[in-house]
Amino acid sequence: MAKELWKGNEAIAEAAIRAGCTAYFGYPITPQSEIPEYMSLHMPQSGGVFLQTESEVSTINMLYGAGGSGVRVMTTTSSPGFALMQEGMGYLAGAQVPCVICNCMRGGPGLGTIQPAQGDYFEATRGGGNGDYENVVLAPSNMQEAVDMVQEAFDIADQYRNPCLLLIDGLIGQMMEPIEWHEVKHRDLPPKDWATDGRNGRDHHNIINSLYIDPVECNNFNTELQKKFKLMEENECRWEETDCDDAEVVLVAYGTPARISLSAMEALREHGVKAGLFRPKTVWPYPYEALRKISKQDSVKKFLVVEMSEGQMIQDVELAVQGRKPIEFLGHAGGVMPTVEEIAEMAMKGLK
Amino acid sequence: MAIVYQKSKGLTDTELHYCPGCNHGIIHKLVAETMEELGIIDKTVGVCPVGCSVFAYNYFACDMQEAAHGRAPAVATAIKRTHPDMPVFTYQGDGDLTSIGAAEIVHAAARGEKFTTIFVNNATYGMTGGQMAPTTLIGQKTTTSPLGRTVEQAGYPIREAEMLATLDGAAYVARVCVTDIPNLNKAKKAIKTAFQRQMDGDGFTFVEVLSTCPTNWGLSPVDALKWLKDNMIPYYPLGVIKDTRAEG
Repeated sequence: MAKELWKGNEAIAEAAIRAGCTAYFGYPITPQSEIPEYMSLHMPQSGGVFLQTESEVSTINMLYGAGGSGVRVMTTTSSPGFALMQEGMGYLAGAQVPCVICNCMRGGPGLGTIQPAQGDYFEATRGGGNGDYENVVLAPSNMQEAVDMVQEAFDIADQYRNPCLLLIDGLIGQMMEPIEWHEVKHRDLPPKDWATDGRNGRDHHNIINSLYIDPVECNNFNTELQKKFKLMEENECRWEETDCDDAEVVLVAYGTPARISLSAMEALREHGVKAGLFRPKTVWPYPYEALRKISKQDSVKKFLVVEMSEGQMIQDVELAVQGRKPIEFLGHAGGVMPTVEEIAEMAMKGLK
Repeated sequence: MAIVYQKSKGLTDTELHYCPGCNHGIIHKLVAETMEELGIIDKTVGVCPVGCSVFAYNYFACDMQEAAHGRAPAVATAIKRTHPDMPVFTYQGDGDLTSIGAAEIVHAAARGEKFTTIFVNNATYGMTGGQMAPTTLIGQKTTTSPLGRTVEQAGYPIREAEMLATLDGAAYVARVCVTDIPNLNKAKKAIKTAFQRQMDGDGFTFVEVLSTCPTNWGLSPVDALKWLKDNMIPYYPLGVIKDTRAEG
């Protein structure tokens, strides 16, 4: 199929429709507003529901209602909006409601800036809602990966009866890139026999709920949830290694910084420095084992973590490396992007 | 023997947890009877709140969702928009609806969402132990207004029905109570009308039901009914507040 030039945000919206998303609820916020704009026109044209909500608080609860009644539903937002949704994230996990949420991150804290950033890593991977829950967090670093992952996100959500997140920085949403539309392999999914879509002769009523007032029942429910999260960890972890086999310095980055780091890695190689790139494609589950394996290589002298934040993913790198090798950090927050030059310079430091 | 009365099929066999003298049980019955009489138990989805009626999902026989505190109108909006042929209702208390959920109910009404809200107003936070609500009357003693609510400290009680009636999206707005048989019959009629107007696609429909809380008011069930009549009805007048099909 021929390649087409798409703007990131619009491609993500189109990918969702192609994945069978039939309801979109969202609130305008930069830098993702092209998504609700695209949805407002194209979702009704494809027979789906579009609604501009009064707030992100309302949005996330609309996902609860629609997802709970069996519909493939999505929202997109940016950092301050994602913060407002955190209450609902806990309820979605607790009531096991599948849905897809895309956070197109901008600089923070607070209003911060509308420029791209990665400061919501903790919020996405550790959870900003209450209680013990996890979400699969997909982290594409280019447009093709983003449109493929969006489509798969709906299957992941349905397979586990759990929200699935797409975590991108504002640059991925705003830039244009050639992409190819191809059929994403669909999973065998269980029927949604738990959905509140009317009894229609069913011998019992379905209930979407996260309340377990009895402590033993609540504990048992949590035990069941953990089993599900364990399965997600086993099945959904992905990453990419580039030239790590003989690397002295391994760059670790996701999203846009991974692309800049790739250029830095290539520049380093041209100068005879054996650099590699480790790129998580899911930041939960995090590819600890794969990174740990690399940390055990004799060739590896150090890691350099590159983020568009003041250092959040670095904690996962530390958990993976377990003190075997030094871990350095290069990061900027507030919409300032790391450059190839500064990454290369820092990567070379201390190497013979 | 002929059966002269039986429990509505709109209710499950689960035993209600409400306090003696609380009106929730009666209001549940009216909603259940409405669903049964309209023949819609099989296709309705109800959304219950956080508050005393948090377990209503165990009591109504239709499919149910339990919403986060105050968010039931957002949840119901999404269910109805994605299932336009299904009747949808929210069942919410006054803390849930007028306080933490103030934005969600106003915007659902403004958009003319085609679901029905049953709003149970007992002028207090019942489940958490009788704290002051936005609907608590001036002078009323609660656990967070121990000397009585004052205007200076807490402003004025919200008349939610009148406020929502100003919105063009609201098609039918009524306030009722269930203190005696004539009022109970009026309440039933209002709830049934609201469901029917929803199904006809008129717009947002809202029935506020004044209710007692003998436990937190510190009154016997009988005295609580009297207190409601003497104190709540003068501030929260009964009647159909808005009906877009009414003459004139």
